[in-house]
Amino acid sequence: MNDASEIYDVVVIGAGVVGCAIARELARYRLRCALLDAADDVGTGTSKANTAILHTGFDAKPGTTEARLVRRGHALLGAYAENAGIALERTGALLVAWDDAQLAELPRIAHDARRNGYDAIRDVCAEELYRREPALCPGARAALEIPDESIICPFTTPLAFATQAVINGVALFLDAPLTVAARIDGGLWRLHTPRATLLARHVVNAAGLRADEVDRLFGHTLFTVTPRRGELIVFDKLARPLVSHIVLQVPTKVSKGVLVSPTVFGNVMLGPTADDIDDKSATGSTAAGIEALLRRGRAIMPRLLEEEVTAIYVGLRAATEHGDYQLRFEAEQRYVCAGGIRSTGLTASMAIAEEVVAGLSDMGLRLEPASEFRTVHMPALGEASPRPWCDRERIGVDPEYGRVVCHCERVSRGEILAALASPVPARTLDGVRRRTRALLGRCQGFFCLAQVAEMVATTTGESVEALLRVPRMDE
Amino acid sequence: MPATTDVLVIGGGPAGLAAAIELRRLGVARVTVVERERELGGIPRHADHIGFGLRDLRRLLTGPAYARRYADGARAAGAELLSETTAAEWLGATAVRLASPRGVEDVEARAIILATGCRERPRSARLVPGDRAAGILTTGSLQQLVHLHGRGVGRRAVVVGAEHVSFSAVLTLAHAGVRTEAMITEHPRHQTYAPFKWLSATRLRVPILTAHRLARIEGRARVSAVDLIDLRSGAARRLECDTVVFTGDWIPDHELARRSGMAMDASTHAPRVDGALRTSVRGVFGAGNLLHAAETADVAALGGRHAARRAALFLRDGRWPATPPVAILCAPPVQWVSPSAVLPDDPPQQRRFRWRVLQVRRNAVASVSQGELILWRRHYVSLVPSLPLTAPAHWIDAVDPSGPPLQFTID
Repeated sequence: MNDASEIYDVVVIGAGVVGCAIARELARYRLRCALLDAADDVGTGTSKANTAILHTGFDAKPGTTEARLVRRGHALLGAYAENAGIALERTGALLVAWDDAQLAELPRIAHDARRNGYDAIRDVCAEELYRREPALCPGARAALEIPDESIICPFTTPLAFATQAVINGVALFLDAPLTVAARIDGGLWRLHTPRATLLARHVVNAAGLRADEVDRLFGHTLFTVTPRRGELIVFDKLARPLVSHIVLQVPTKVSKGVLVSPTVFGNVMLGPTADDIDDKSATGSTAAGIEALLRRGRAIMPRLLEEEVTAIYVGLRAATEHGDYQLRFEAEQRYVCAGGIRSTGLTASMAIAEEVVAGLSDMGLRLEPASEFRTVHMPALGEASPRPWCDRERIGVDPEYGRVVCHCERVSRGEILAALASPVPARTLDGVRRRTRALLGRCQGFFCLAQVAEMVATTTGESVEALLRVPRMDE
Repeated sequence: MPATTDVLVIGGGPAGLAAAIELRRLGVARVTVVERERELGGIPRHADHIGFGLRDLRRLLTGPAYARRYADGARAAGAELLSETTAAEWLGATAVRLASPRGVEDVEARAIILATGCRERPRSARLVPGDRAAGILTTGSLQQLVHLHGRGVGRRAVVVGAEHVSFSAVLTLAHAGVRTEAMITEHPRHQTYAPFKWLSATRLRVPILTAHRLARIEGRARVSAVDLIDLRSGAARRLECDTVVFTGDWIPDHELARRSGMAMDASTHAPRVDGALRTSVRGVFGAGNLLHAAETADVAALGGRHAARRAALFLRDGRWPATPPVAILCAPPVQWVSPSAVLPDDPPQQRRFRWRVLQVRRNAVASVSQGELILWRRHYVSLVPSLPLTAPAHWIDAVDPSGPPLQFTID
């Protein structure tokens, strides 16, 4: 599959959730497609560090591309998740007003939701709010209920798309950042990466934070991505009984505000912050950000702060100077740009994919259904469905599924071995983390780091030291 | 695996294994120990240095030899030892669901001893900002990589903490060829005994930066530096390193206990137990570093023995207090007191309470009071965080079992 002379009908640049969804959508047809990413795995950028919410789009700006695609994507991904085994919990959201000014905003928010085609939003009085969320800080005035806001696994979603793309024939190139794109004879694109040079009839840019840079390689200067840093604090699973819904704040001009939400892994998330920065690789957390989150968290749900913190994440959203997605079809170039897709990209991914593929068809790409479109069923990572460690039948067939390696997340040796042997296999410790939850728990590797590293090393042929990036003597 | 047993011991570290050995010695017929790791022995398995066994075995052993001795002892005593077995869920008063390669099994015991131990708070729980780079470890993960798997871990390390285990981490780093650039503690002095400090940091010429806080970790793929703040002057400084080891700052592995709904103590973060190590659930006892995170392994083992004696007594006479014990409450600068409750006739193991402070104090008076009544007080020349402190238990007979909670204070 590394054959440079092979001509791909479509090459998708960027294997985040959007690029993977596009590759999966293309895999339905008799096409030769490739999916490229600069990183060593799929879903390593914005896709891995976000609020993990399946949005209804109730609060989107009416009339925008984002509003339309989020709404459509909610339905598509909701249905797909059920079939593909992506953890999803339909918790619903409560948007809380804490003072008079916020109370006065609620009717406008409900009105906009209806303009966005979302009619299920309803008023909740303070008494009902506290009955449903008793751990909320006293003082809330009222709330809106958005019953269809849901929580979803952000790790499994791009992996399911990529896996389905790969088992249906899409070639996946990792460690392959695009360096040069050149138009050659016959209108083909020659795409240079350090790993391979590919020839493509059509190109889709789904490069997330780097979508503006890729767009420039194709001669366009229509937008600039300014990363918006979002810091998130994940609390211990013992906090999970404190909160049942996604608890939202009344949005301001700059941000949707800090939310408190259960996660499908059974934790509670607090965040995100929103700071525009200029470094696309600055995924470090900050003292100011952590402090601001804890202050907000204390004001929303004081008891949450009594629990231990399991993890602190930083995600960079691909914000641009425009208020909307940058979805552009350059017919003459046979080039599609799917850029400027912010934190709603997880929800909208399948709808974006539909629209991109329809646009490619309009450009002349022939869409002939493949003889077969194989489905996927991903390992269930959510706490709402039974996990392998408690699955008697499965352990009966393969005892490795009863051999718990990661105690905090109850991940068995069988699951880790399966992740290392899957169609889009884990090659790194982070890859194992996102496929199995191992190492993501409260002890952060105190008990199982060494053992998991040995398993990855044995399978990949890398040394444990290389996996842990231990500097060599000569460095 | 039987569906019933006399005593189910949850956790196969020093406390759990010592409990199992003692239960068998006292003639309890069926004793089952479940351990989630592959090997029995707990944390000492990978603490590969001398210093174990002084109070419980009256000899000095290395951690791995000590762990082996207890595992062999429990086996020889006739306890049923189930490794790779997780006590996954609490099913009823003394019934637990187990998960293992054998499948899912429910076991009903006449008594349970919870000895699930403790772990170090990792970087995230300490809210240390900065990059998420490779090379950030706890002593636990460091010692497993080095002593159980023989792996290299880095070249230049910074050790966060200056308590016993921090010096143990320095020894492990040296063994793995890693230079420790500095140990950092927010306290004004280190928190270990002089001989251990000498054996480790002094001999290896590791500077101990007291009154310093780790402000940030930097590094994209691998740790490249840490930013420190001098708490005395407010000055910032930067230290290049490729490894950061977070040591100590223990928290009990109390998740099973909390999910069972038993009464918890806010200071120890552990089940509230009386002198007999009884929890609030009839037939369930606690032992070891679950109750006092963290004491040395020998103290944990002695606690296991104590819990075993009381559990064996309970199996014989079936007696359990009708009223809850009187809680011992404390507030900073007292970190915790263990056991965290008393009943007049049940002294704790070795007739001592164990306690800790959060700050260095000089010339302080510790006292226990119930309402207006002062039950005990003592002058201390020096109180140091992480170092074991004990208080005698002679005063417990004066406790009014129907009175208000006890207050443990220092001033």
